[in-house]
Amino acid sequence: MRPELEIISAWIAPNTRVLDLGCGDGALLAYLSAHRHVSGYGLEIDTGNLLACIRAGVNVIHADLEAGLADFGDGSFDYVIMTQTLQAVRHTEALLDEMLRVGRQGIVTFPSFGFWRYRLQIAAQGLMPVGKTLPYQWYDTPNVHLFTIRDFEHLCQRKRIAILQRTVLDHAHRIRRGPQLWPNLLGEIALYRLGRT
Amino acid sequence: MPSTFPPDSVGLVSPQVAHFAEPLALDCGRSLADYQLVYETYGTLNSASSNAVLICHALSGDHHVAGYYQESGSDKPGWWDNCIGPGKPLDTRHFFVVCCNNLGGCKGSTGPTSINPDTRKPYGPDFPIVTVKDWVHSQARLADRLGIRQWAAVIGGSLGGMQAMQWAITFPERLRHALVIAAAPRLSAQNIAFNEVARQAILTDPDFHHGHYYEFGVVPRRGLMIARMLGHITYLSDEGMRTKFGREMREGTPNFHFNFDSEFQVESYLRHQGRAFVDRFDANTYLLITKTLDYFDPAADFAEDLSAAFAQTQARFLVVSFTTDWRFAPARSREIVRALVRAGRETSYAEVPSEHGHDTFLMPIPLYHDILRGYLARIAQETGDAA
Repeated sequence: MRPELEIISAWIAPNTRVLDLGCGDGALLAYLSAHRHVSGYGLEIDTGNLLACIRAGVNVIHADLEAGLADFGDGSFDYVIMTQTLQAVRHTEALLDEMLRVGRQGIVTFPSFGFWRYRLQIAAQGLMPVGKTLPYQWYDTPNVHLFTIRDFEHLCQRKRIAILQRTVLDHAHRIRRGPQLWPNLLGEIALYRLGRT
Repeated sequence: MPSTFPPDSVGLVSPQVAHFAEPLALDCGRSLADYQLVYETYGTLNSASSNAVLICHALSGDHHVAGYYQESGSDKPGWWDNCIGPGKPLDTRHFFVVCCNNLGGCKGSTGPTSINPDTRKPYGPDFPIVTVKDWVHSQARLADRLGIRQWAAVIGGSLGGMQAMQWAITFPERLRHALVIAAAPRLSAQNIAFNEVARQAILTDPDFHHGHYYEFGVVPRRGLMIARMLGHITYLSDEGMRTKFGREMREGTPNFHFNFDSEFQVESYLRHQGRAFVDRFDANTYLLITKTLDYFDPAADFAEDLSAAFAQTQARFLVVSFTTDWRFAPARSREIVRALVRAGRETSYAEVPSEHGHDTFLMPIPLYHDILRGYLARIAQETGDAA
């Protein structure tokens, strides 16, 4: 997760307010608070993660993202972040809308289903892809929407969401030239900074 | 003599009394010229006085939060003993814990059963109705007396949680953390309605004598008992009652009697709870504290805007609710959290699954206690007292 932390951190202006949707054990917020002096909250549904956040001194709010962000006012955060979460929610579109309602900008990361190894697995073996960023079997995966970088950008275009910045990581989670040139084929993880148009 | 107490108990404790001769102006416009607070403490105040934690009690609670009064350990320990002690979530090896019986109470602090210096008779119904704000002011004086400038945390469940909130609003710089458990930002019409039925049960008891029952050597037993039975139903959940009692009949009651004896287990349980309560609680105090609950509304001072009430707070908050609590449901705690977030205050919120309803705040549910333990361990680290 480290490269993701650093990239996101570099995108975030110091002393801002962030909301981290599906914040897990609070590692990102702890990192951002230490390195960028941000304030904010994580939203998390899993009680084990909730406990980890509390132990780490991270502000965490027990909440179900599927219920929306009605508790949060328009533009009340500088950034709303969703790392490796968008593929695991049912109401993808609504959540993207909510994200850019509550946040002035959104930061999204997800595993890209278009990564060449996943394409190969499904083409050659005829099996649903399993890998480092998609570690689940089809029957136990929490991921309900699998999509590619191109899919995501089509959605952004249709919804008039501005892509302010994009970084794509390769299989070793490094920033390399290849994945920036052919993101949809060589990128395993995509990171976006989004804005309203 | 070998200790008879469990190793994680604070052991033998005894209440102390603080007398205050300086008048306390109350919200109702009256003032108490002279009053006392009875309190207990556990653990040791550190040299910086930075490790003090105030526990605020709920409607029927008192200052006896942890430990035992009998050397033999044969009595019932304090009401939150499962949470307070060496190695427990509120670890007395790190924290100095204080809890007082609130003003208007009946366990030794000045209240309706105390002698009114003007009449030399018990105050009874003439005792002023005190508010949560009044309590907080009186607790602040106790803090002064104990040399505590700033609490590491103020903690409370239910009405206790309301005091923790009020502390953060009234004395922003005098606490670093507020733990608000199973509380609400103010009572709903339904909450007030239940309180009103409880009050009517007491007020209409023929033994009530307009609150002057002490002079008649009686207590409004039936009224207080019904009030408690009613209250108790709201502390449990439908689910919890079903699990605990179902439609079980009392032993030796295989068939319906077709009369109004207590036949179902739940009836006998409620009657028992009601009777036991009458022996340990005063009806005037019960009336008073239900009004204290009804009046609590910190947003009222800020044009009904709760987030404006929180805007001036400095404490970090931990808000906890329980899924089956319908007295102060999770939605009520979320109102608090929403207002804190809008005010830009630091807060965490946990909704703990439990089938035990409102009363869960007194129970050692593992996730609940892990959350308290985790949060309080962070506070102990800040305090620099982590052993």
